[in-house]
Formats: sequence, structure tokens, C-alpha cells
Amino acid sequence: MMQADVKLDTLGYFCPMPIILTSKKIKELTTGQVLEVVSDDEGIKKDMPAWCQTTGHEMVGMEEEQSSSKRIYKAFVKKTK
Amino acid sequence: MITAQIEPTAALAELRESKPDRVTIVLLSGDLDKAMAAFIIATGAAAMGMQVTVFFTFWGLNTIRKKGARSSATDLLRRMFGFLNKGGADTLPLSRFHFWGLGTKMMQVVMKQNRMPGVPELMDMALDLGVRFIACTTTMGLMGITKDTLIDGIDQFAGVTTYLAEAKQGSVNLFI
Repeated sequence: MMQADVKLDTLGYFCPMPIILTSKKIKELTTGQVLEVVSDDEGIKKDMPAWCQTTGHEMVGMEEEQSSSKRIYKAFVKKTK
Repeated sequence: MITAQIEPTAALAELRESKPDRVTIVLLSGDLDKAMAAFIIATGAAAMGMQVTVFFTFWGLNTIRKKGARSSATDLLRRMFGFLNKGGADTLPLSRFHFWGLGTKMMQVVMKQNRMPGVPELMDMALDLGVRFIACTTTMGLMGITKDTLIDGIDQFAGVTTYLAEAKQGSVNLFI
């Protein structure tokens, strides 16, 4: 289990909403804090690392949770600047 | 509940792999002529040694759907939509002169006479040449298209950020 300072719930949203919400939320964090983005859109598996690469924030890790009915993804992003 | 760790750097491997010439194509259209243009450029570029990625969204998803595959969406609206919106690379209509299928059939005959590969053949060639196909998860959700109704070889799913990160590094970027 990874630890985060702030959690952002984007369940039920499709791309580009999780990324847009992430870009807004990360502004509220201070440098070094970790944001956990929860999403059920599979696109986030590729989109979040790509977003981090472009913006310069650090992609700490990602988790995939499979429960009986659905699959959710947790992306951990560390604010770098 | 099962929790699995995903290695985020794996998703970026293709992005980091630095080939100087990168081509990104967004295929939004599901028309025969436009899909042909997209795959002719994709195969041509791949044959020239360029790294090519095609993003499929909206009607463009019809080219990578299995023929006759039904939507497995459970709600009425998306099921109706899936019923009306037929998939399959060899069932694409011409953007003009379709004439309820007659015009498109005639075009296919002319193409065959001129030994011109059709969309399914061009797609096979593209995959053989290492062209990456990425399906847009948002429009798949909207249109009730599920993974199991896509043709084999489609194993990458992403959204606008992945596309932009790739296009940013590319020298050729087309929206068809």
C-alpha cells in the first residue's frame, strides 16, 4: 500500500476529466506532497505517466484493484515544483 | 479484492525509446476512403523506418471492431447505438457515393482490379510493420464498445494525454 497526503476521487469520469481534475488539485499541494488519484478509466494507466512526463511531476507508482464487479486504478503523483 | 502494482515506467517505455522520426495519426473517421488514407500513410511511414502510432477514436473505432460484434453494454441507449453502429474494417462505407452500399462495392471491385489492398489488408500490414494501435477508452465507453469486441492485436488503451505526449515528440501529426 502506498501512502498519499491528498486523495482525489475521479470515479465515473472518463478521459480527459481525471487529468484535468489532477492538474487542478496538484496546485493545492505543497512541493513534496503525494496526490493519490483514484479512477476507473483504464486510460489512466498510460495517461498519468504521460502527464507526469510532460509536466515534470514525479510518478511514484500505480496500483490496480480488482473487485468482483469492477477495476479501479490508483495513481500516486508527487508534486515536484 | 486483489491489489496489483503497476510499473508506471513501463507505460512510458515507448515514449522514451528515442526514434528521431515519430508519426502520430488520429483516426476519428470511420469512412473507407479516410481509413485508407490513414493506413497508407501509416504503412508508408513505417516502411520508411519511422515510428508510427495510430489513435482510434469515435467512428475510427469501427475499423478495429470485429465484424458483427455486438455491444455488450447493458443500458438501452448504448445497446441501440451499438446495434445501429456496425463495426468491421471491411464494412466501412465511402464518405461520398456510398449509395446504400452500391458505390462502396463498386469501389472495392475497382480497388481489387488495380491490386490495391483494402483496409483490413492495410491494417494487417501496419501491425506487421510494428505500427502501434491505441484505442481511446472514453469513446469506447460512450459507444458501448468493449475490449472483447475489438480485433486481436489491440492491447493498448489510453486517452488524450498519451496522444499529446507522443505527438509532442513527433514530426508528423495527422487528424483524419
